[in-house]
Amino acid sequence: MPEIIKTESLCFSYDEEEGAQLVLSDIGLSVEAGDFVAVLGHNGSGKSTLAKHFNVILLPTSGAVYVDGMNTADAERLFAIRGTAGMVFQNPDNQIVATVVEEDVAFACENMGVPQAEIRARVDAALEAVGMTEYARHAPHLLSGGQKQRVAIAGVLAMEPKILVMDEPTAMLDPSGRAEVMNAVKKLNREKGLTVVLITHHMDEAAQARRVVVMERGKVVMDGTPEDVFSQVERVRELSLAVPQTVELEYALNAHGANLSLRDLSVEDCAREIMKYLGAD
Amino acid sequence: MLKDITLGQYFPGESVMHRLDPRTKLVALIVYVVMLFVAKGTASYLLCAVCAAVLIAMSRVAPRLILKSLKPVIVIVIFTAVLNMLYTPGRELVSFWIFKITAEGVYNGVFMAVRIIMLVAVTSLLTYTTSPIALTDAIEHLLSPLKKLKVPVHEFAMMMTIALRFIPTLIEETDKIMSAQKARGADFESGNLLRRAKALIPVLVPLFVSAFRRADELAVAMECRLYHGGEGRTRLNVLRFSRLDAAAAVLVICFVAGVVLLNRVSL
Repeated sequence: MPEIIKTESLCFSYDEEEGAQLVLSDIGLSVEAGDFVAVLGHNGSGKSTLAKHFNVILLPTSGAVYVDGMNTADAERLFAIRGTAGMVFQNPDNQIVATVVEEDVAFACENMGVPQAEIRARVDAALEAVGMTEYARHAPHLLSGGQKQRVAIAGVLAMEPKILVMDEPTAMLDPSGRAEVMNAVKKLNREKGLTVVLITHHMDEAAQARRVVVMERGKVVMDGTPEDVFSQVERVRELSLAVPQTVELEYALNAHGANLSLRDLSVEDCAREIMKYLGAD
Repeated sequence: MLKDITLGQYFPGESVMHRLDPRTKLVALIVYVVMLFVAKGTASYLLCAVCAAVLIAMSRVAPRLILKSLKPVIVIVIFTAVLNMLYTPGRELVSFWIFKITAEGVYNGVFMAVRIIMLVAVTSLLTYTTSPIALTDAIEHLLSPLKKLKVPVHEFAMMMTIALRFIPTLIEETDKIMSAQKARGADFESGNLLRRAKALIPVLVPLFVSAFRRADELAVAMECRLYHGGEGRTRLNVLRFSRLDAAAAVLVICFVAGVVLLNRVSL
């Protein structure tokens, strides 16, 4: 699989001065096209700052970021990069521009100068992809949080990006809204082959990704499949993060003499593992 | 409490008035207002009144709503009418103390009142039948020749759209902040005007701070969706004149001709 995002010894500091505190230090990360990567870390670990580099909201202090082969420092490719890596933010209210859902979804296309007939087609496809077709003519402020965030995702999808970068898209949503958004994102990744970079601090969301990158103080400290990362329970806890509840349960049972794999992230798998252990006993 | 505020007072519908292009409606309104001031004599005014009645009937907006829109101006109407009655020189009808009411004054006052009432009724008909966003679009289109003079027409229209989009959000936020301040013992209801105004400061400050933060985030989100001003922009919903608009234009011309003719007749 080709690399669609690549960072080379990326360093970043909000202060221009020499020797200022680095928010990101020496990050070399590459994301394959079609992958679903969750970036985990507690507050201040630099995960949002990293995401902002994929969309040229921030530029590296040193090092380089390549999006689909384009260097983000290249000012002439700014729009091409932003059109390739669409960004969804935390607060759905602050990224919806228009007073009608479909007008908002069309916003990016209108900016790109897409012909009118094609905008229509793209807007309908984007709303369909996130399951919001029936709300096309609604006013955004009357929608629920999960619905608003799905409209925001549709607004980015209408640009037809190759990558969807999401900066804690579920942080302000209730559990059902979170599930709505996660299901929509998983479907896009599975069915349209969209590369997804999900910044989150919810372990359960990270567990649904194909790859988990854990950050701490501006560095990548763990990187692997969710099973590989979360099975290292002590290491994850050292980083003041929690593991998913299923792993937590297996870990607690292991402490009492059980011998479970710690690699079961879904409730079903976890139940099966415990049944197997009990049956074998 | 704050949720009851609706700006623009748009009532969705499918009537002829709703289906007209907003540009047509806006231009027709301007013509109508001008004609209200051009009109002289009973016959012309009757034509204006009949037109207003027909428009209201066609819009299928409940007459009750039109009457409601007149409520805030009733004081102005009465005030203007009374002033006209008292201060128009002419044949004296009644006089008491330093006031005298003249026949011309009564005539002027009544016409002035009718003029203002029709002005407000027809103007509110426009906002009742046109969504704010369509109205913004129409204004942007009609003012687009000014772009040549470097007037930032698109930017103004964009600002208006965003303002309309954020009114409900900010109202909700104000409600939330007021509840939070009430929970900590703030009192917004008692005291004189000055005290109540002062009590609003702890609401306004956080509201402004949050509005600026929102603006900042929105600007970033807009840039991420490739916003770069009005140049080279296309639209999802393009305004189109239909046969309906042509018919409306013909009617507007007939109306203007009618008023001008009737002005002559009654002179």
